[in-house]
Amino acid sequence: MSDIFKPENEDHVLDAMRWAASGNAKVMEVMGQGTKRGLGRAQNADNVLDLSALSGITLYEPEELVMTARAGTPLSEVQAALDEANQMLAFEPWSPGGLYGTDGGTVGGLFASAVAGPRRPLVGSARDHMLGFHAVSGRGEVFKSGGRVVKNVSGFDLTKLMAGSMGTLAVMTDVSFKVLPKPEKSRTILLFGASNPGQAMRAAQNSPYEVSGVAHLPTSVAARSNVSYVSDAGTSVTAVRVEGPGPSVEVRCTALRDLLSGYDGAVEELHTSNTQSLWQEIRDVTFFAGDRQLWRLSVAPTDGSAIAAQLNGEYYFDWAGGLVWLAMDAQDDANVDQVRSALNGGHATLMRASEDVRARVPVFQPQADGVAQLMKRVRAGFDPHNILNPGRM
Amino acid sequence: MKMPTPDAGTIAKRGEIIKRLRAIVPGEGVIVDEGELRTFECDGLMAYKQLPMVVVLPQTTEQVSQILKACHEMDVKIVPRGAGTGLSGGALPLADAVTVGLGKFNSVLDIDYENRCVVAQPGVTNRAITDAVEDQGFYYAPDPSSKIACTIGGNIAENAGGMHCLKYGLTTNNVLGVEMVLMDGEVIRLGGKHMDAGGLDLLGAVTGSEGLLGIITEVTVRILKQPDTAKALLIGFPNVEAGGECVAKIIGAGIIPGAMEMMDKMAIGAMQKFVDSGYPLDVESLLVVELDGPEAEVEYLTERVREIAESVGSSFLRVSENEAERQQFWKGRMSAFPSVGRISPDYLTMDGTIPRHKLPEVLTRMNELSKKYDLRVANVFHAGDGNLHPLILFDANIAGELDKAEAFGHDILRLCVEVGGVLSGEHGIGVEKRDLMGEMFTEDDIKQQQRLKCAFDAGGLLNPGKVYPTLHRCAELGRMHITDGKLPFPDIPRF
Repeated sequence: MSDIFKPENEDHVLDAMRWAASGNAKVMEVMGQGTKRGLGRAQNADNVLDLSALSGITLYEPEELVMTARAGTPLSEVQAALDEANQMLAFEPWSPGGLYGTDGGTVGGLFASAVAGPRRPLVGSARDHMLGFHAVSGRGEVFKSGGRVVKNVSGFDLTKLMAGSMGTLAVMTDVSFKVLPKPEKSRTILLFGASNPGQAMRAAQNSPYEVSGVAHLPTSVAARSNVSYVSDAGTSVTAVRVEGPGPSVEVRCTALRDLLSGYDGAVEELHTSNTQSLWQEIRDVTFFAGDRQLWRLSVAPTDGSAIAAQLNGEYYFDWAGGLVWLAMDAQDDANVDQVRSALNGGHATLMRASEDVRARVPVFQPQADGVAQLMKRVRAGFDPHNILNPGRM
Repeated sequence: MKMPTPDAGTIAKRGEIIKRLRAIVPGEGVIVDEGELRTFECDGLMAYKQLPMVVVLPQTTEQVSQILKACHEMDVKIVPRGAGTGLSGGALPLADAVTVGLGKFNSVLDIDYENRCVVAQPGVTNRAITDAVEDQGFYYAPDPSSKIACTIGGNIAENAGGMHCLKYGLTTNNVLGVEMVLMDGEVIRLGGKHMDAGGLDLLGAVTGSEGLLGIITEVTVRILKQPDTAKALLIGFPNVEAGGECVAKIIGAGIIPGAMEMMDKMAIGAMQKFVDSGYPLDVESLLVVELDGPEAEVEYLTERVREIAESVGSSFLRVSENEAERQQFWKGRMSAFPSVGRISPDYLTMDGTIPRHKLPEVLTRMNELSKKYDLRVANVFHAGDGNLHPLILFDANIAGELDKAEAFGHDILRLCVEVGGVLSGEHGIGVEKRDLMGEMFTEDDIKQQQRLKCAFDAGGLLNPGKVYPTLHRCAELGRMHITDGKLPFPDIPRF
């Protein structure tokens, strides 16, 4: 049975971490709402640092495109505030429903896991939108880095390191991040049964039409969509999203229809609400909801198709082929060697598997020796006793 | 500004160091003559000069690796250098250090249009990357004003920005991967042609690390397709507040222009005198707003920006009617530095970032400081992202004036931090702002940053004297200071 600490302010976090770091160091599982506990090696720590009471938006200036929130602030609260000002988290973080069947999440968890969705190639990832933070290290010391402004080269950029560190370096107590206006209009061009989907995706991605999402769903995946234009296609569907001011979206859609009609399939256009539904499915991986083992491959866009084709699973592409979501039937080793040896650069993350499989298989891509050693030294600088989410990464 | 005391022992073994370097880089790649070393005595922060002990110009990663390994063994310091255009003194030589110049790493290695990236050596200039891909309609987005001369490796070291980073991001948002050499000679690769490097984001930490963590020997950067069209608007205001309000309303309306630059009356006058850009002289602040994208979008947004400008009381507004005019509108702003150089014998370029809405307050207080120090200041401002570049005008031939200008600059940066901003937006800390780090960071903040340094370069041999006023010893930084082992928090709710 774990002891659960539920700090309500930064001083409480500091107290807890000083205690944990002193004497015989005690291991802490750092947690928001626990919605992404399925990611990374499972923790069975004696102590849980539950940050859900460290909550609240402390600064939101829509005209400055910036928000600061305490780590445990529910994303629903952030979303509501953003909706009111017609703004968004532009990097389009996924909700954990499709992957883990959980709902919600916190600001701290979002940036600690650095999740990003279809808009990532256009606007960047969580790490590109995180501006600064306050934290308590595994040494039991309060520190901060970054700030609340976008342009900042003042000392080492520890903010980038913190994004995606899965709570293994320090306990973030608040995070400042960039927010952006929602697009006035969103449309999606669908290309059915493309003769060469890889090329079609890259043609759209590399066009001057500023596309904000380029995905390809093979026939069986498309059939699972809740958008009837997609599910009724009876063939594969390549989807290209265009967002922006109304007149611009119309012109770009026309240009993209022309461009994509060169790939031998019929072309269709989705309006706002269908566009929203489809890209939410792509973002949240709802096509692969369930308990099959799930891999996420980040590769060079030209490599995506060939890698996916040689692996024995069901897959679809986002990021114009640079992101492969791959669902495979459960194996004790999650086909780890097969998946990782198929890569030609890039990395593969085992996003979903049972606890014992995650205990056996490195969930995150192992790094080359020199880099792995360097990461170990970097981590030791923040958490020398290895008490924060040890082994989770 | 005090640099670390040169180590007499190192200087004494200069001959041995040269010999070892010559064994690694043959011929003219090792520079030892005073006359030739003079070329390397400073970077863009020209107020500070120091002859390097030796300069070495390697051509291969293997050579860089061997140089660092040898220096690591001999406990000799290293100062990495790109084109030496940096404005914060990051490449300022040390009397007891080997300056490693990357100028010979000047090849573009791979242009991969399909994956939208270019692999290049670090000594390739920023502009040369765009030049290499322009005929296919691509470009590299970050555009520091030194883009013709500055190198891509230096851009990564400083996390360089530019006019267009409001919409397209800084260097850190456009780098996909690097190959770098650590101080002990080990060669590592971070990232590649894919998105996100995997594991801890060391690539993000290395970007903007000002040559303190390693020497970059290869980069992979993202290229973008050129927008179809671009238009620029010149908008003048009778007061600074109206200009600030215009910027806030444009962003508030959901419009992110390709670039949005502001300048004050002193800067406008200097620029217009230097080159005719059509700038009005009877306004207190001037905005250049560039809108790019498909023609329909640019037309639409131009009208919206025009409406906003008029609603806040602009007194001057012109929209570029063709590409030549758009370029003309930019000419003045692009030549901000030489323009100011024309009206003053010397100037210091400052670089801080503030929350945008603090602009009127900061400008007012800056004018008070200008009176206090009796020095003129011209302001150019990346208005969209709050990055301020006050140019302090002074005459170095007047005794004490450089010190006064520096003190003025430091007060400006303190002001930036006080209103919620930061010490540097895109030029880096270097030696210039080094002693101000304590204004922004606590001792613990700085120690945590230095622990990162320890992971890369435990001996503190890479670019010492830069960024941090003092470098704590890694052994000391590693020590834990907590002594109380009891549960000290009756206050924390526990379950």
